[in-house]
Amino acid sequence: MSHNNDQPDLRRRDFIGKTVLAAGAASIAPGVMLTVANAGSDAGVSSKVRWGMLIDANKCADGCSACVAACNQENGIDLIERPAGQSDAMWDAQRPQWIHKVKLKDNLTGEITNLPMMCQHCEHPPCVDVCPTGASFKRADGLVMVDRHTCIGCRYCMMACPYKARSFIHQDVAAQRTGTPRGKGCVESCNLCVQRLDAGDQTTACQDACNREGYQAILFGDLKNPDSEIARALKAHNSRQIRADLELNTGVRYSNI
Amino acid sequence: MGSLTGFRRFARMGLGGALLLLATGVVGDSAVTEGSKAAGLETCVAPTAEIRRNHMDYLKHDRDATVRKGIRDTRFSLAECVQCHAEKDSAGAYKPVNAEGQFCESCHSYVAVNLTCFQCHSKTPGSAGDKAAMRDDKRNGRQALGLLQSIDPLTLRRDELARLHATIEGN
Repeated sequence: MSHNNDQPDLRRRDFIGKTVLAAGAASIAPGVMLTVANAGSDAGVSSKVRWGMLIDANKCADGCSACVAACNQENGIDLIERPAGQSDAMWDAQRPQWIHKVKLKDNLTGEITNLPMMCQHCEHPPCVDVCPTGASFKRADGLVMVDRHTCIGCRYCMMACPYKARSFIHQDVAAQRTGTPRGKGCVESCNLCVQRLDAGDQTTACQDACNREGYQAILFGDLKNPDSEIARALKAHNSRQIRADLELNTGVRYSNI
Repeated sequence: MGSLTGFRRFARMGLGGALLLLATGVVGDSAVTEGSKAAGLETCVAPTAEIRRNHMDYLKHDRDATVRKGIRDTRFSLAECVQCHAEKDSAGAYKPVNAEGQFCESCHSYVAVNLTCFQCHSKTPGSAGDKAAMRDDKRNGRQALGLLQSIDPLTLRRDELARLHATIEGN
């Protein structure tokens, strides 16, 4: 049956195009086979692991901020430039901070406690509950992360987080590290140095820095592996979740607070 | 109208033939920036025509695998695009791939398609101070070889490579 229109026969064109392409590809192919072998596995991270942290507040030194500096360096936060004309107060309030030092004082005794505070990597993260696009998500191995491809910058998660762990990028960012993309209009927070974990390392930048300073206040590892150092430490010593009343089952625990 | 369609078809066939000639014969004009790592390689991770047509879909697919599932050895990766296609300037520093005349920008500006990847992603390969990139390099170096763990495949001639593969398969 013939059609009286001026539309081309797309199927025929498609066939011719594909044939020519296939012939072309076949003649290039010998050089390609090698890279095809590089195609990745599709298993991904497993829920048999849950990454967590145990922080000993007794070992966390007053005045030391090595963990903060190391985090800033590892995750490219130090590459963010202060916008021209921004006041000190605004810059301090708005610049991203994945980890910050908190100093607590007991008003009755005067006792001072220092501790680093960051995303607590909850088992039931409120930030994930409230995210309207699914950008805030929990990975199978327990990391709570932001998928910046789908983040619309609404900042609900910042409101929902009981730990004030998240930051918003307010201005264009000129330079990023390869492992930590970053741009205006997205929320971000500590991801337990996911680029290191995925590369097979089992330490975070803050932990390395703390050990380098000789304090060893941060212990990082797999909570689900009963033989891991962190699991044994949690079993042996008293530790607390911050705001345990919220029943979020945080992955970051503190001792001596 | 009919004659025009016929002419077009003829032109397409001619183009296809020319592509075949290019593929079988010498390497023709390339969009790859001179002085980048890619210029020294025979092809991209897939045939050039396929990459030209589909790179956006491939990257979009594999980015989800990487971000959501932590799969870092995907076949397509923006970081590796940059690693391979960034050109060095006379001082030895990398030029951003989205700078005017550079690999990504030149084509995207020609087809008038916004290039938004680099609002967030690094425009240059990881520098020596970038530990994460160094680790990536180390890991990729290991992974890229597949069965040939101890050999850099780029140093091998094709027949040598074929022989090695034959040995491994035969074993």
